[in-house]
Amino acid sequence: MSGRRDGVSTDAAQNGPAGTVPAAAIVARPLGALIALPLRLLDAPMRALQRTIGERRMPYVFLAPNAAFFGVFVFLPIAINLWFSVTGGPALFLSERPYVGAGQYGYLFECGSFLDPNSCREDHFWRGVANTAKFTLFQVVAMVAFSLITAVVLNMKIRARGFFRAVYFFPVLLSPVVVALIWKWILQRDGLLNAAITSLGGQKILFFVDPGWAMFWAVLVSVWAHMGFYTLILLAGLQAIPADLYEAAEMDATPRWRVFRRITLPMLWPNMVVVIVLALIKGVQTFDEVFVLTGGGPGTATLMVVQYIYETAFSNQVQNFGLAAAASCVLGVVLFGLTLAQLAASRRRAT
Amino acid sequence: MKIAAFLTRRRVAGRRIHWTDIVAYGYLAVGVVVMFGPVLWLVLSSFKTPAGLLEFPPSLLPMAQVEVTVPGQPQPLPLFRTTLPDGQVRDLVQLRRVGIVAQMADPKDPTQTFRVPIDKREPVRAFAMATGNYTEPLARFDFLRFLWNSIFVTVVATAITLLINSMAAYALSIYEFPGKGFAILTVIGTLMIPITIILVPVYLVVTELRLVNSLWAVILPGAATPTGVFLLRQYMLTLPRDLIEAARMDKASEWQIYWRIVMPLTMPALAVLAIFSVMWRWNEFLWPLAVLTKTESYTLQIGLNAFQGELQTQWHYLLAMTVMTLLPIALVFVFLQRFIATGIGNTGMK
Repeated sequence: MSGRRDGVSTDAAQNGPAGTVPAAAIVARPLGALIALPLRLLDAPMRALQRTIGERRMPYVFLAPNAAFFGVFVFLPIAINLWFSVTGGPALFLSERPYVGAGQYGYLFECGSFLDPNSCREDHFWRGVANTAKFTLFQVVAMVAFSLITAVVLNMKIRARGFFRAVYFFPVLLSPVVVALIWKWILQRDGLLNAAITSLGGQKILFFVDPGWAMFWAVLVSVWAHMGFYTLILLAGLQAIPADLYEAAEMDATPRWRVFRRITLPMLWPNMVVVIVLALIKGVQTFDEVFVLTGGGPGTATLMVVQYIYETAFSNQVQNFGLAAAASCVLGVVLFGLTLAQLAASRRRAT
Repeated sequence: MKIAAFLTRRRVAGRRIHWTDIVAYGYLAVGVVVMFGPVLWLVLSSFKTPAGLLEFPPSLLPMAQVEVTVPGQPQPLPLFRTTLPDGQVRDLVQLRRVGIVAQMADPKDPTQTFRVPIDKREPVRAFAMATGNYTEPLARFDFLRFLWNSIFVTVVATAITLLINSMAAYALSIYEFPGKGFAILTVIGTLMIPITIILVPVYLVVTELRLVNSLWAVILPGAATPTGVFLLRQYMLTLPRDLIEAARMDKASEWQIYWRIVMPLTMPALAVLAIFSVMWRWNEFLWPLAVLTKTESYTLQIGLNAFQGELQTQWHYLLAMTVMTLLPIALVFVFLQRFIATGIGNTGMK
């Protein structure tokens, strides 16, 4: 009996549906073997459990571990976060924290003018907001521009397309710390870029001392690291455009520029919206690359909201958990809005 | 004329090179330099000696001054191409240096010495890899501990994620049960809640569980990924139901159907999730930074960040360790490159 079932499963693994990629097997086989052992040991207890509670209640058993993790590490924290944001004091444990109502939010939003971070009680938060807004705006524009150009070029009839696609995708896999250190090394005072500038007769530029340059490189490094991902989304969109549209245009000898404007751009627009919104969501959450690259400096020129939250909660002398929680609730509302926009955009893409 | 025609000849007959083709190849060439160049520069730099790193303008390849062992001298001496007062150019070693004058000697015959102003000579350099950049941190810092911590977190977290996510996906795709719609909705609802927003309360939960500074504090909170459940469920929905019905006829338990039939059939999707999980865990930064405060529990990323704070002047170690940190991911990329790209393209997630 069990022998026959084994036969079924190995057959299935070899002729899996939807074109099993051989590369998948390289990863999946050893991992599968590793997981199979404890799974086999669970056979007997699970059968006993099924006999006691009945087959129809089994889905709850399968759902339980994941639900427990969600509950403890997502839903419970969301509730606690709200409570944190309306309590004060330095204590971490909820019972030791006095209720302050909207005090933390009031403190956060106490501003002479919302356009001038210096007029705010919590000026670092507002500098973070201003920097994050600036960073996100430039980053989204640059990201869309570069990934669109790259996707269009990669979609042309070029040689070694797989190689070039891999080249642009490669940095996506690097960790933020590695990305930041690579660029820190290139951009430092005696780095490669300054060597290039001086060999062309220019003066050395201290990129991390000048606020404008620091922000410029924060944006560019972020685009460098992530554009491969967005390029893939656009590339998938380009390949979904029916080829006969282009053939018809070629028959009419339409100039390439007009083909791009009249066929490619409108057909690609839904994917563009997804890219824009995803880049917005990621941009608002930016922390690690910029943190390692500039440390938020010079001064507070590249301090982002997430860095403010992290430092308020964990690295200041007085750990102000309440204020950090209030700031993250504000960030959460912004992200929620962006997520709704993304869902709306992808629904439009689906129809 | 014929040569020009030959050079512009294309595989597809009748289609000549358009100016946009040239622009495209130009863009791709620049792209290769800009995307690969920085990483290549990092790798080349990581083999330079501290002196080599301070050089400005920097040399492309790791070069070091040649040193020669001379009879009668305890240590190897640096070699210089020296212009002697009589205009003769010879390779000499430096015995000692006083101010702007150096005493040089012929390496073959050390009794033959010369006094030379130091601007009349240039170091003789040769390609040399400073492998000490890689070996010394292993002894001096807890690099191996960080590496082990990262591997442990990545492997254990990926195993847990694959197991519990596939169980949940199985329940949500194969069965009909009360509360199913609600469960699917919660999964989609949590898709976009990043750790950034619930940083403080998760820290409290982890503290209450007495897990601060333990690797489990990094592993557990992110184990139940909504993305994983979603991805696996979408894949499992395409599986043929007859197979499951047949297994039930054969009196297989639900648990056996899950791991003996559904799991093997879901391998392609599981592999995609495994790659994602490895990438997420290996590169994770903000949460470990918040929850791991003792050096012995650092992961590679946190250790590397701490190094770059401490070792501002020791770029030679820092660069070597950066290479070590990106190596595993680079290997994954080389072997699974095509597969990763299509996997991400199809699921639209990262």
